[in-house]
Amino acid sequence: MKPRTRRFLWIAAGAGALAAAVALMLFALRDNLVFFYTPTQIAADEVPRNKTFRLGGLVEKGSVGRDPQDNLVVIFRVTDLAKTIPVRFRGTLPDLFAEGRGIVAQGKIDSEGRFNANEVLAKHDEAYMPPEAAEALKRAGHPVGAPEQFRKPPPGTGK
Amino acid sequence: MIPEIGQFALALALMIAVAQVALPLWGAQRGDAALIAFARPAAAAHFACVAIAFAALMASFVGNDFSVINVASNSNSKLPLAYRIAATWGSHEGSLLLWTLMLAGWTCAVAVLSGRLPAAVTARVIGVLGIVSVGFLLFMLFTSNPFDRTLPPLDGRDLNPLLQDPGMVAHPPLLYMGYVGFSVAFAFAVAALIDGRLDPAWARFARPWTVAAWAFLSVGIALGSFWAYYELGWGGWWFWDPVENASLMPWLAGTALIHSLAVTEKRRVFKSWTVVLAIVTFSLSLLGTFLVRSGVLTSVHAFATDPTRGVFILALLMVVSGGAFALYAWRANSLGPGGTFSSWSRETLLLANNVLLVTVTAAVIIGTLYPLAIDALGLGKISVGPPYFETVFLPLLAPAILLMGLAPVVAWKQAEGRPVARQAIIAAAAAAVLTAATLLAAGGGSVLTTVGLLLGWWAVSAVVAGVVTRLARAAAPDFAGRLRSLSASYCGMQLAHLGIAVLVLAVTMVKSYSTELDMEIRPGQSGTLSGRTFALEGFSEKTGPNYSAIVAHFAVTEANGRVRSLQAEKRRYFASEQTMTEAAIDRSLTRDLYISLGDPLGTDAGAAWSVRFQVKPFINWIWLAVLMMAAGGVLAVSDRRYRIAPRAARTSGGPSLSPAPSPPAALPAGEGAA
Repeated sequence: MKPRTRRFLWIAAGAGALAAAVALMLFALRDNLVFFYTPTQIAADEVPRNKTFRLGGLVEKGSVGRDPQDNLVVIFRVTDLAKTIPVRFRGTLPDLFAEGRGIVAQGKIDSEGRFNANEVLAKHDEAYMPPEAAEALKRAGHPVGAPEQFRKPPPGTGK
Repeated sequence: MIPEIGQFALALALMIAVAQVALPLWGAQRGDAALIAFARPAAAAHFACVAIAFAALMASFVGNDFSVINVASNSNSKLPLAYRIAATWGSHEGSLLLWTLMLAGWTCAVAVLSGRLPAAVTARVIGVLGIVSVGFLLFMLFTSNPFDRTLPPLDGRDLNPLLQDPGMVAHPPLLYMGYVGFSVAFAFAVAALIDGRLDPAWARFARPWTVAAWAFLSVGIALGSFWAYYELGWGGWWFWDPVENASLMPWLAGTALIHSLAVTEKRRVFKSWTVVLAIVTFSLSLLGTFLVRSGVLTSVHAFATDPTRGVFILALLMVVSGGAFALYAWRANSLGPGGTFSSWSRETLLLANNVLLVTVTAAVIIGTLYPLAIDALGLGKISVGPPYFETVFLPLLAPAILLMGLAPVVAWKQAEGRPVARQAIIAAAAAAVLTAATLLAAGGGSVLTTVGLLLGWWAVSAVVAGVVTRLARAAAPDFAGRLRSLSASYCGMQLAHLGIAVLVLAVTMVKSYSTELDMEIRPGQSGTLSGRTFALEGFSEKTGPNYSAIVAHFAVTEANGRVRSLQAEKRRYFASEQTMTEAAIDRSLTRDLYISLGDPLGTDAGAAWSVRFQVKPFINWIWLAVLMMAAGGVLAVSDRRYRIAPRAARTSGGPSLSPAPSPPAALPAGEGAA
């Protein structure tokens, strides 16, 4: 084989491999992007049915309860202070879940219009506002979510 | 007083770092021996100053000096001493100081251990490392000063309870040792570009530093995963969280770099590619550190809340990586042509390995940065789920593992087909038998399980076949002599490869055969999972130094009748009022029993609780496998030739890297570590 032919084959193989890798990534990315919606968008029916998405907002005060039929199912409402959406989640909640705090949940809307969460995301700090929750509040006209503002100052600093 | 000493030491370190950049680089360019000689003492003084600053911050934490904002926000008078020390690097500012300390430490190590390197090269390497240091010191002093003062509060806010754990004490330092260690390879690459020369001796100098950094990073990542497994309380060990991806990106690129450096040392090829990889790897370390520590990741809004920090980050990345790439574009041609090799040679296989690893790295970068880019452009909020990464990883890494089994027995430059084919057939047959046996013992498995087991056992068999062949071919008459004939770097390579094999097997087992049970349980009741009975015996209360806890006592009866008692806790920390789940784990090499306590389902004393039971087969092998890889790295670094060969180089002298004896035209199969 001439060196030139060989070099051409190398380049062709490289380009082919690159195209395959890019195709693989795009394919995987297309199927696994999770979009984010706010309670207001859900109320306006902007959310596709049967598609997994992320919901962000505050856990409405006094809304947390359990399903009488199945005690392991937690029921609560998520609000962006404009609209609320009922949420069901079967399993154990993360430690940082509490009424009045921001959360992000991943799941689907069921036939009765409830959000069936299969994952409630835990973050590493109780002062931390999930960006999705902050965004939902901002879009609904209640921008309280910037992490620094949400952070309580050290006790006694007078800040 | 102590914080002021720290502050002063930091400022002094900045001055020294500036001098450490300017004088040696200028001296090396002009061939001025006096300026070149300044590099080593400057590196040592720089390290001393940063160490004093670090000690000052640690002393502030140990002494509960709440007039320092950093201490007030991340510590508490009731926090145990060990965690007050660990809190030194628990915050953004403190972790930056740790980063800088590591950088100064690596620089100092280069200064001390590079005695056999030509002085001008050492001066350039130390100067380039100084540039990075200057950037970090400026960043710290202007945007993230760890010593900022405030009116002292009565008590601190306490360290995040999640970080109050032995794993968290060691995780950041190890991780940073790895991240920052890649700066040495980066500095060597930039020094070679400035010098306009890159020969096998250069690769031989750069290799042990890179492998050492890689080993530290491996252990650091494994420790983080181990910590997440037992501390986050839900039994997951890898979440494809952007914070984890941030450490995985430099690890993948660093793995490619190690292999590319091996080829550059042995065969003088892939020179430009090696330099690019060295720059990319350290750039990804920088990117990872900043993604995690600047708040860009947890929220893009952090840019808006503290624009100076975000802008500084981008500027530093631009200067360090952009500068290095610009230099590369300008000087790459001066590195000289490489050798040639046939399409069936170890070079080809390592090239394929590099392409695969770099592609995987790119896939992780895309999956991690794409949501950030979309958000920054105001196009909405999206996230990329774990299925993306799993979909991309398997088809890209499966061929890499096949190659890993082959490459060590394929000769450099021009390989023969038959001996390789014979070994490959033996290893493949062994893999098929072992996979069938595993599936039989486990009672079946899916297609993916079978693929994972085949890959893992293939890699194990290939390592064993490779070592046995090597021993059989050795000239020594007795077994001990043959064993001694294996070089440390060869053993290190095979041990690291074995670690990868074990990792593949362990991940396959955990993913395929883990079981879990969520249930509502009262004292006296029990649940059954994988032939084991989990019984809740009762609750007790407990008070720790800075928290109170409810302890649930479980008795687990194994299939063979053995009973183990486990205690799961629900803690409440006083200062932060944060709740924490402490899972109960019974560990063994074959399986972990994992119990996490959920929430009470009623208010009365005898109320039921929600509880999750899990059985995780062979999960500890995931972390043991990474330890094997790191041990392989350490073994490879200890190889004699890294200590002997440079001595020969020094005797020939010269202002630049002296040429090493050129490698023989064709090395026997299996020579040296790949």
